[in-house]
Amino acid sequence: MNGVIDIDIEKLLLAALLLTVNIAVSWRFRLALERKVGIAAIRMTVQLICVGLILEAVFSRSDPWLAALTFCIMMGFAAREVYARQARPIRGLVGWLAGGLGLWIAAISLTVFALVVVIGHDPWWEMRFAVPLFGIILGNAMTGVALAIDGFTRAVAREQAAVEAMLALGQPFHRAVAPILREAIATGMTPILNSMSATGLVFLPGMMVGQILAGAPPMIAIKYQLMLMFLLASGIAISILLSLSIVTRLLTDPRHRLRLDRLASPAA
Amino acid sequence: MTLTLEGRTTTGLAVPPLVVPGGAVVCLTGPSGAGKTRLLRAIADLDSSALRISLDGTAMASVPAPTWRRRVAYLAPVPGWIAERAGANLADEAAATPLLATLGFNQALLSRPVRELSTGQQQRLHLVRLLERAPEVLLLDEPTSALDPAVRDAAEAVIQARAETGAVVILTTHDATAIDRLGARHWRIEDGEVVEA
Repeated sequence: MNGVIDIDIEKLLLAALLLTVNIAVSWRFRLALERKVGIAAIRMTVQLICVGLILEAVFSRSDPWLAALTFCIMMGFAAREVYARQARPIRGLVGWLAGGLGLWIAAISLTVFALVVVIGHDPWWEMRFAVPLFGIILGNAMTGVALAIDGFTRAVAREQAAVEAMLALGQPFHRAVAPILREAIATGMTPILNSMSATGLVFLPGMMVGQILAGAPPMIAIKYQLMLMFLLASGIAISILLSLSIVTRLLTDPRHRLRLDRLASPAA
Repeated sequence: MTLTLEGRTTTGLAVPPLVVPGGAVVCLTGPSGAGKTRLLRAIADLDSSALRISLDGTAMASVPAPTWRRRVAYLAPVPGWIAERAGANLADEAAATPLLATLGFNQALLSRPVRELSTGQQQRLHLVRLLERAPEVLLLDEPTSALDPAVRDAAEAVIQARAETGAVVILTTHDATAIDRLGARHWRIEDGEVVEA
């Protein structure tokens, strides 16, 4: 390892100036995205600086309580984000948990698996590995779960007549929604499958690029990336299955009715 | 076989004690929004309600909902389709052929995408999908609204034939002449109450 080359603040600001291209495009085509570009850039900068401060504290102190707190906050934000990405989420805390539980279980179990079985560093809970792995698995599962739940609830609401026709003919609820459920699972898993096939050909994944920039030999970086893609793909599948099975139960009752009243009202 | 009901739907429609024996056809009429659909959906247990409903003394709540709905089937006013191909929505295409023919439904349509069928064609397929499962109680929500008079008569004859084999039929309609054609009992919804006319 030759270590990392630090970037000067002035040069970082120079790179930030590249966003004027986005602003110019927005202005030229009247997209009214100028504010959005600015807010997104500022949010990203503030969030990353905060994360940097937290990570430095977590890494240097090696305090399990601080680490646990960090993980809990990450899990809370991930669940909130899944909720916010749905057009008609299930009302109340259960709807928030329906998206969150799947994510949390998948991210925790796969992170532990990667740390203990695959990487096998001593001690296995070394935060330098645990935090980024947990974050990337959680983030990808979040995208997949949000797509899957949103696809499912939208389709069930749109296909209400078809679902109720099946129920009226005496089908149990899980059979009546089975075709919609299958499609929603596929929707949630498609992005990760696409990026698995395109990885290396079209783009070099961020984590691998990061390790190479930090001076790691490419083959080691690639092995890490492969491990990560396997974790991400299975993490997405596990969290989607868990979340959709919760959502399916919440959309019906013991009398096998379709309970669209449990979804938030459609936006005006 | 006897269907009994009494109580109130969630929208507040009052239902006096009513007993419908097998073989009876009942026409349910009332202004739009009076709660005809709600009542039929409640009898099929698709909506919760405070109605006490039983079939041959077996209370609705004592039977698993899918089992109840196989005996007490509801036909929605607008058909919904789970399969793309029209025929794939039927349980048994071959067995349904004579019934489809009776209703003047061209069998070649079965291999078409169901959403390409006309409203009247969809309504007939919708009715056949329910009839082929031979439910004991037929709750038909405007089953003939999109049919021309000739096909409507054929459909009414099929529905009547089911009643003659012992089924209970309750259907909603805006067409008062249907009551005479079917020789039906008449329930009217008046001021939030079901009245036997």
